[in-house]
Amino acid sequence: MRRVVLVDAGGANLGSVRYALRRLGVEPVLACDAEAIRLADRVVLPGVSTAATVMGRLRELGLVETLRGLRQPLLGVCVGMQLLFEHSEEDDTACLGLLPGRVRRLRAGEGLRVPHMGWNRLRPLRGDPLLAGFAGGDHAYFVHGYAADVTADCIASTSHGREFAAVVRRGNVMGAQFHPERSAGAGARLLANFLQVDP
Amino acid sequence: MLARRIIPCLDVRDGRVVKGVRFRDHVDMGDIVELALRYRDEGADELVFYDISATPQGRSVDRGWVERVSAQLDIPFCVAGGIRDVDTARAVLHAGADKISINSPALERPALIGELAEAFGVQCVVVGIDSLREPDGEWRVRTHTGDPDRMRAPKVRTLDWVVEAQRLGAGEIVLNCMDSDGVRRGYDIEQLRAVRALCSVPLVASGGAGEAAHFEAVFREADVDGALAASVFHSGKLRIPELKRYLRGRGVEVRDD
Repeated sequence: MRRVVLVDAGGANLGSVRYALRRLGVEPVLACDAEAIRLADRVVLPGVSTAATVMGRLRELGLVETLRGLRQPLLGVCVGMQLLFEHSEEDDTACLGLLPGRVRRLRAGEGLRVPHMGWNRLRPLRGDPLLAGFAGGDHAYFVHGYAADVTADCIASTSHGREFAAVVRRGNVMGAQFHPERSAGAGARLLANFLQVDP
Repeated sequence: MLARRIIPCLDVRDGRVVKGVRFRDHVDMGDIVELALRYRDEGADELVFYDISATPQGRSVDRGWVERVSAQLDIPFCVAGGIRDVDTARAVLHAGADKISINSPALERPALIGELAEAFGVQCVVVGIDSLREPDGEWRVRTHTGDPDRMRAPKVRTLDWVVEAQRLGAGEIVLNCMDSDGVRRGYDIEQLRAVRALCSVPLVASGGAGEAAHFEAVFREADVDGALAASVFHSGKLRIPELKRYLRGRGVEVRDD
């Protein structure tokens, strides 16, 4: 059994991510110390909160350099994915900088509500083992007001007013803007792929 | 394109799902987890659990069942009922709820909305509004609607409260139109349209669904993001797969099964 660590940075969806992994037969370990995270085979950084709150907590815990130095697969979820980038417009927050790019606010408009809340379709941009089994047009559950721009590391995008990064991957660094733990079959597939993927 | 959400609402009392007509005469509908999974299998996009016994009895939601639901459910769910401070909200969210909905406590102390938005982000904060048309033609809010003997009318216009709740940090509004609740004659399109015009966050319609055409009407005519219903689903009168086929056939974007 692989050792999967969930980084406990105060994100409110810790419980649901833990249960989603359990449904896949994995018992994740909740950890907020550098040693436990370094020893993991897989690291998940969840986050339902604001970018500044989670970054502040990671700094307090002394985990910023730990996360930057990981070689094993790392999956950021929702705000956890946004933190992988260089900067978030949300409270003008400097992030982990593991991926080049910026996180910007989604704009409300005619028929477009912010936060972007609900089921929307994924558009795969290139083949990747993290997206094995995705047909294109799969629905995933999103809840967010900020989103990362589509960059070279974006492997699936979604549109809400503008096209934004829904799934990213650069080597061992991966992220999902949607909530795999609440995205029914598509979410379970992404998590299962993450558990299988080679770094 | 964002799919319109179909949201069964499960009223919870003392750990069981119940349903009443016009908020009275509650009937036992079954076990929470069993019903939650049945709706998930049928294609529900989200579930809302209202602990209707929590606010009138002055206690907060029982987290045991939240954890039981979260362990098994892989679609989002929102918990409402008796959440009146950040610590309680955190406990419910940590037990696995995706969102929390506040109603009476938000009207009693509007600053609560901002405190929750600050702590968890606006996307977790749903403001539920029970609204009634009064004899002067204005829509006004009601609180403590879980128990008819304790229901209160705080003299707040619904439309004013919709604006204020968003300003304070509501990430979603659920508007329950009490005049149409439980009687299955359709959603209150007029009121929902008026609220939609003032609502830039997601808006969920509640109260009055009786057949598939009511859902199409509320999505088309009131442009709501989600439609919540209880008795029409609980009674088996309308099945979600059938409802989604109907909506898809009429060009309403819904999530694939």
